[in-house]
Amino acid sequence: MRPLTLERMILRCAILAAILFVVVVIALKMGAVQVSLYGLARDLLNVLVGRTKAISSDYGMIVMDIRLPRILLGLVVGASLAVAGTSFQALLRNPLADPYVLGISSGAAVGSILALIIESRLSFSPEVAGLITPFGAFIGAAITIAAVYFLGRREGQIDSGTLLLGGIITASFLSAVIMFLLSSLAGSNLRGATYWLMGDLSTPQPKSLMYLLGVGFVIAFGAIYTTAADLNLLLAGEKEAMHLGVDVPRVRIVVYLAASVLTGLAVSVSGAIGYVGLLVPHVMRLIFGSDHRMLLPASAFGGAIGVIIADALARTVTAPTDLPVGAVTAIVGAPLFIYLLRRRLA
Amino acid sequence: MNTQIHSPLAHAAADSDQQRSNSDVRLSVEQVSYAYSSNPSQAPLFTLEALSFQAKPGEIVAILGPNACGKSTLLKLISGALEPLSGRIFLNGFATSALSPKTRAQRVALVQQESPLLFPSRAWEFVLQGRHPYGRALRFETADDIIIAKNAMAQVNASHLSDRWMDKISGGEKQRIVLARALAQQPLLLLLDEPTLHLDIGAQVDLLVNLRRLAAENRYTVVVVTHELNLAGEFADQVVLLQKGKCLRVGPPATVYQRDLLEQVFQAPLSVELTASGRPRVTLLSND
Repeated sequence: MRPLTLERMILRCAILAAILFVVVVIALKMGAVQVSLYGLARDLLNVLVGRTKAISSDYGMIVMDIRLPRILLGLVVGASLAVAGTSFQALLRNPLADPYVLGISSGAAVGSILALIIESRLSFSPEVAGLITPFGAFIGAAITIAAVYFLGRREGQIDSGTLLLGGIITASFLSAVIMFLLSSLAGSNLRGATYWLMGDLSTPQPKSLMYLLGVGFVIAFGAIYTTAADLNLLLAGEKEAMHLGVDVPRVRIVVYLAASVLTGLAVSVSGAIGYVGLLVPHVMRLIFGSDHRMLLPASAFGGAIGVIIADALARTVTAPTDLPVGAVTAIVGAPLFIYLLRRRLA
Repeated sequence: MNTQIHSPLAHAAADSDQQRSNSDVRLSVEQVSYAYSSNPSQAPLFTLEALSFQAKPGEIVAILGPNACGKSTLLKLISGALEPLSGRIFLNGFATSALSPKTRAQRVALVQQESPLLFPSRAWEFVLQGRHPYGRALRFETADDIIIAKNAMAQVNASHLSDRWMDKISGGEKQRIVLARALAQQPLLLLLDEPTLHLDIGAQVDLLVNLRRLAAENRYTVVVVTHELNLAGEFADQVVLLQKGKCLRVGPPATVYQRDLLEQVFQAPLSVELTASGRPRVTLLSND
């Protein structure tokens, strides 16, 4: 009998953080412009202590101003999607639940686009305008998950197959809505559609949005983490959890709102990147087991690592053309989804 | 700190025939009724008529009756999963409906028919879940929690299963682990919904012998829903006999097990005889 202790959890997280750091450094090095590891380390240090003027060369500026923000964006987006996936799997009691598969990401994308349209019609100050898209994405995600939840119910219980079908239909319907909205928008192009449908990290985001993303992630993750022990029991069913002392309605609303925030934030800055929320929790469960006190932080690190690697591949495999990062995650994620589905049916 | 599953009370096993005094009653079901309807404007599909019974620490109460008689509904009412339409249920003098989920889980443990798992877990992880109502915040288990979980497994002779996966053990072994989790909750009241359903006869007897011993040692009040007339007759101190949502009789098995009554309830020809221990034994007679 070796239950999880706080010390062991912190140690494992430290190891994952170290791996994440190494991945970030490697991703910084990858690209058309070659940089030395020494130069990279020196520039990173300068950025950390705020001495951006001391950065040696133009190449260094490329790395710090172009690659680093994109990697940080991938870090937060990956962590958000993976934690949202882990949460949805526990909340819906379905190991195949994922923001993308269930159409929640598409819902967030529709919310973002609608917010962009509203924003362009009304005149807001730039600070307020920057917040409208993520807020629209959150509302879109929250409405979609509520809709999928009700579509997936049969005789008062969530039915796994019905839920997935409901999610897939919702996703395809919302994709059509996205195409419709984009084509009716002036100045839109195919690139925009790819962004919202497949996910893309190449669009630079304003600093204020990056801060919002970071703060939003910390708050939403913290909220979900307070229910980590309850989620372990919720896996055995709501009634069972209630009999073991879990305040089921409270846990449900906290996780539902926080996971919608995470999905909304991620989608509003990167579009609908698929399968991260499905793939990462499964891999982490294989390594660390299904205790959510460990699984949630492990998924956050795993999601960050996964998306940074996927995006580094997307930048370099077909260079000088960028692939959308969602194409890379889908190539890995879709076969895994089929595998998990078949194993579950077997 | 006391890390025993339960410290037995100073006075040893109270005889079930002993005069009931109010202070001695642990579970008191008072005029409890329930009605179920899918649509509130329509007549209820099922009603449980008002019924009452009481149970003391260390007593086993069996709820008996044919299918759809309201056995599981009554158990859900006692567990607090359902709110009674009328009447109240008291546990040590407190109305169970007024307890928070956490407090209720510290006092009432329920062993359900099936405990499905979404992801496999090891037996010890499952048993430790029983300590959840005692934890704070992130609920990292304390050394006491681990000792209590180990004791719980030892009490149901399942220590050797500790490291096995829950989906890789037999039905009888799983049932013992589920029971161990309930014991780890250190409840006053132990509720079991058809615990013998998927067990072979040996495992059934084994479970009830365990229950009898645990009720006596730990002073649990045990309420068990079952179809097994003979097991209930052998092990229960009290029987609550239900038919179509109506409580027909409450009392010791020897007084409830009347041939005419059982034949009418179960719609089958039976014979009832008393064994040397004074326990009734029911035999199903063939129709021809």
